[in-house]
Amino acid sequence: MQLAIRHRTRYRYDPAVAAVGVRLKLYPPTFAAQHPVAWTVAVNGVAVAPGFRDGWGDQVATHFVRGEVAAVEIEAAGVVDTRDEAGVVRGLREAVRPGMCLRATPRTEADSAIAALAREALEDGGTQLQQAHRLQDLVTARIAYRAGHTDGATTAPVALASGAGVCQDHAHVVIAAARSLGWPARYVAGYCLHAEDGGDDVATHAWAELWLDGIGWVGFDASNDLCPTDAYVRLCAGLDAFDAAPIRGHVEGAGAEALDVRVAIHPAGAEQ
Amino acid sequence: MSTLSRTAADLFWMARYLERAESMARLVEMGARVAMLPARGVTARDEWRSVALAAGCDGYFDPEASSVDAIILGLVVDRENPSSIASCFERARANARSVRTALSVQAWESLNETWLRLDELTVSRVLHELPQVVDWVKGRCAQFRGAADATLLRDDRFEFARLGLLIERADTTLRLLDVKHFVLLPETQVVGGDPDRHRWTSILVATSALRAYHWVYRGDYSPERIVDLLLLNGSCPRSYAFCYGEIVQALEHLARLYGARHACHTSAAATLAAIGDTAIGDVFHTGLHGFLTEAIGGNNRLSREIATAYHF
Amino acid sequence: MFDEMNGDDGARPPYCGVAHWLDTLGLATLDGKRREAETLFRRSGITFAVYGEGGDPERLIPFDLIPRVFGRDEWQRLAAGIVQRARALNAFLWDVYHRGEILRAGVVPEALVYRNRAFLPEMVGFDPPGRIYAHIVGIDLVRTGPGEFRVLEDNCRTPSGVSYMLENREIMMRMFPELFAGNRVEPVDGYADQLRATLEDMAPRHGPRAPVCVVLTPGPFNAAYYEHSYLADQMGAELVEARDLFVDDGALWMKTTRGPTRVDVVYRRIDDEFLDPLVFRPDSYLGVAGLMDVYRAGRVTLVSAPGAGVADDKAVYCYVPEMIRFYLGEAPVLENVPTWQCALPEHRDHVLTHLDELVVKEVHGSGGYGMLIGPRASAAERAEFARKIAHDPAAFIAQPTLSLSTVPTLTPRGIASRHVDFRPFCLVGRQIRLTPGGLTRVALREGSLVVNSSQGGGVKDTWVLSE
Repeated sequence: MQLAIRHRTRYRYDPAVAAVGVRLKLYPPTFAAQHPVAWTVAVNGVAVAPGFRDGWGDQVATHFVRGEVAAVEIEAAGVVDTRDEAGVVRGLREAVRPGMCLRATPRTEADSAIAALAREALEDGGTQLQQAHRLQDLVTARIAYRAGHTDGATTAPVALASGAGVCQDHAHVVIAAARSLGWPARYVAGYCLHAEDGGDDVATHAWAELWLDGIGWVGFDASNDLCPTDAYVRLCAGLDAFDAAPIRGHVEGAGAEALDVRVAIHPAGAEQ
Repeated sequence: MSTLSRTAADLFWMARYLERAESMARLVEMGARVAMLPARGVTARDEWRSVALAAGCDGYFDPEASSVDAIILGLVVDRENPSSIASCFERARANARSVRTALSVQAWESLNETWLRLDELTVSRVLHELPQVVDWVKGRCAQFRGAADATLLRDDRFEFARLGLLIERADTTLRLLDVKHFVLLPETQVVGGDPDRHRWTSILVATSALRAYHWVYRGDYSPERIVDLLLLNGSCPRSYAFCYGEIVQALEHLARLYGARHACHTSAAATLAAIGDTAIGDVFHTGLHGFLTEAIGGNNRLSREIATAYHF
Repeated sequence: MFDEMNGDDGARPPYCGVAHWLDTLGLATLDGKRREAETLFRRSGITFAVYGEGGDPERLIPFDLIPRVFGRDEWQRLAAGIVQRARALNAFLWDVYHRGEILRAGVVPEALVYRNRAFLPEMVGFDPPGRIYAHIVGIDLVRTGPGEFRVLEDNCRTPSGVSYMLENREIMMRMFPELFAGNRVEPVDGYADQLRATLEDMAPRHGPRAPVCVVLTPGPFNAAYYEHSYLADQMGAELVEARDLFVDDGALWMKTTRGPTRVDVVYRRIDDEFLDPLVFRPDSYLGVAGLMDVYRAGRVTLVSAPGAGVADDKAVYCYVPEMIRFYLGEAPVLENVPTWQCALPEHRDHVLTHLDELVVKEVHGSGGYGMLIGPRASAAERAEFARKIAHDPAAFIAQPTLSLSTVPTLTPRGIASRHVDFRPFCLVGRQIRLTPGGLTRVALREGSLVVNSSQGGGVKDTWVLSE
C-alpha cells in the first residue's frame, strides 16, 4: 500500500519565548515493511535534514528557533510504501541489541499485577509467538481504549490498574509485562490508517515490539489487538514513550505552552 | 582576540562592585562628618538618611524607624542590603571567583583575602571604630587596584574591568551631586556661614577631593567651584570629565584590539566632547538637577551599549 | 601493617632523603611550616566544598607536608599496570557500545552492562574519535605490602583531584626547596600541557588553527570548581558554563565578546544525565540543549564520552582483569581486590555471614558514602546493611578489610603512621600519557581507612624518584 501522511504539530507560546529547540525523530526508516518514497520535515517552513542515525536506526534532527518565538510549527509529510510483514521487523539498520531492551524505565516498571498478567500469558503454553499474542489479547481486554483518561506520564501499573487508556498505555503494559518475563521489549511510535476514522484528524499511534527468539523484533498493537500491517508506518523506537518521543522540545523562557497536533493519513491518490 | 562574554560581564561587574564598596566607604565617611555638626533644624539621623539616599539605598531603610546605628550597619555590613560594603565585596568576589582565570594570582588573592576577612567587620567594630573600618575598606580596594594595575595583562579583559570601574564612579559622583544639589544651589549662598561650608566640604570629603580642591582653586569654597571640580575638571580622578576621558580611552583600545567600533564608541566620544564644551556657569544657568539627571541617564545608556556591543 | 617509610632496619630506600630531612627539621619547625602551607592554600582559594555537611562551604582539604615516595622500579611496575588498565577499559567501552563481543563470549554478564544505569543506549553504534571514551582514567590503588598493589576502583568519567597533585607539589617546592635539591623527583607540572594535547588530539576536525577546547563546569557552587578553573587556567582554555554555550546550525558555539565562536572539544565536568536537556534530563540547567546531537554528528567531541561510566561501576570492576585478558591478551599487571558481588547468591550468602570482616560498598556510590566498614561498624549498622543487601542485592559488593599501607603523617601529637591510598591520572588520547605522580590521600584519624576528602581525609605530595 502507499500511504500519504501529513503530520503537523504546533506549539504556541504566550508570551513569546527567547528560543525553542526541537529534537525530531520524524523520519520513517526503511526496512522490509516500509520505504519512504518522498518525505520532508520542516520547522516554521524551513526544511530540516537529519544530522545522524541513532542506535535504534532512526534518523534524528535538531533544530532551533530563536528570537521572539510565539509559535513553532513542525510539519512532517510524504508518501511511504508499506507491505504487510505480519509485524515482523526485518532489514532495519539498527545497532541496539535486544539485551538493552530489558531495562525498566520509570514508566515501564512492572508491579505484581503486571507480572501476574505476564504469567497468565504463558499459562496455555505454546510457542513464544503464541504467548506474545496471548499477552497482547490480555492487555487489549484489560485496558479499554479511552482518550483523556491517562496522560503522558502515566506508568504501566497505573494504566493497568485503571483499566482504561490510550495506545501509549497499552504499549507500556505490554512492554513491562514482556520484560518481566525476560523478553526484550521496546516502544514504537508511528502512524496508523484507521479505516473507521475516515483518515482525518487522528493523532500519532504507538505500539510495542517484542524480541522473539528465532524471529526477531515483532510489533504488537494491543490498542487494535493485531500485529502491524501495511496500514502502519513506523517512525522511531525507544525504551518507552518518553525515550521514543518523535518530538522533544526545550524552551528558553517562561511562556505558557499550547499544543495542537493533526495527523492526516490516506491511501496515496485518495487525498482530499 | 575575544573573551567569553560572561567573563567580560563578570569583570565589568566585579570592578563596579569594588568601586561601589569604596564609594560607600567614602559616603559613610562623609556621613560621620556631617552628622557631627548637623545643619540647623536637622538631626544626625536626617543627615544619615541623606547619606543612604546618596548611596541609592533609600528604598532599603524604613525612613521613620531606622536609627542612626541601624543606618550605619545597613550601609556597612548588612548582607540584606545589596549595596552595603559587605554585599559589594561579596558580589565582587563572586564575580571574580567565576572568572578567576581571567585575573592574576595577585589580584585574585587580594580580593579573596578581603572576602575572607569580612568577618572582622563586626557590629561593635563598625559602631565604635567606624573611621578605622572605613580606612580598612579603602585600603583593601586600593590594594586590589594596585595588584591589578601591576599584574593584569593590558588586554580586552583589563578594559572591561576598567570600564566597569569608570561607569560606576561616574554614576556615584553624579548621584552624589544630585542628592546634595540643594546644598549647592546659589540661593543657599545667601545664608552662608559655617554650616553650609561644612556641607560643601563634606561633598569633597566623600569624593576624596578636599586637597585637590585647595590645589586647584586655592580659595574659598563655592558651590560653582565644587561642581566644576567634580563635573568638568578632567584632572580630578573622581570627576565626571575624568571618567569619560578614561572611558573613551578604554573603548578606543577595545576598538583597536577588535578592529570594530560600535554605538558605545560614538556615545562616549560625544559625551566627552559635550563635557569639554560645557562651562560651569551654563550648568547652573540651565539647572544643575536637569544636567545631572541627563548625565546619569546617559551613563546608564552607555553601560547598556557596551554590554550590547560586546555581547554580554 | 606495612609502613612505606619505616622498614625493619631503618628507612626504606626511597624514603631515605625524606627521613633524613624530617630528622634535621624538627617537629616545631614542621608545625610552623604546616600553618604556613595552610595560609598559602587558603589565600589562593584551593578549597573543596562539601555539601549537606554544613560548616564552611569552602573548606580546605588538609595538606600533610610529609611526602609519599615511590622508587623508580616501583613506579615502572605501577605505570605499566595503570596504562594497561586504561587501554582495556577503553576497549571494553567501545565493545559494549558496538557488537558486545565480551558479552557474547559470556566473559561479562550482559545484564550487568545493558541494564546498568550508566550504560547509555544513546551511545550505541557511535564511534567517538579514536574510539576513546575515557580520556582521563583515575585508578584508585592501595598498597598492602612492599610489592603488593591492588586496584580498589576505576574512575572513567571525570576523576577529580589532579589539581591537588599539581598544587601540592607547587607548595612543597616553594616551602622546601632544599628538600628537592637533595632528591631526584620527577616533575608533574607537564600534566596540564598533556591534558591539553589529549583534548586537541580528540578534535573532530583539524584545520589551520588550533582546535578550541573548553572546560565545562556546573559553576562556582560545585565542589570541584576550584579544580575546573585551575585546569582551564593551566591549559589556557576557557572555563565555560552552560549559559556560555549554545547549539546552532549543527555546531556548538560559545558566546564571546566578538560574537559566537565555534567549539571543538568540551572537557565536561558535569554528569551524563545533565549534559543535554533535549536528550537526557529535561530539567537540566547545567547542560546545553542539542549538545548530544552535535556530538553524535561528529561536530564536537565530549571528553569523557557520555556513557563511559559503565566501565567504572563497582560490579563491572570485578571483570577488569578478564577484560585485560580478553582485549589485550595480556596478564593483568595490577590485581583487583577480591570482591563479592551480592547479586550472585553464593557471594551474597558469604557476605551476609561475614559482615563483621568485610567492607560493603554501594555499586553506584562514590566518595565514601553508602559504605559499611564491617569491623568498625556497630551491630545495628551491620543489621541495617544486611537489610539493604537483602532488599537490593545487585546494588552492593563487598571486599575484605585490607590492611592499607601507612606513611608518616604530621598529627597534633607528632609524627604518626596514617593509612593512605593513591590515585594516578592516566591520559588517553591518540597516545597514552601518564604523569609520574598522582594524588595520595591520607586518612587523618588514627586507624581510619577512609581517605575520602568528603570524609575528613587529607592529601600528600606524591614523589616518583627518577633514580
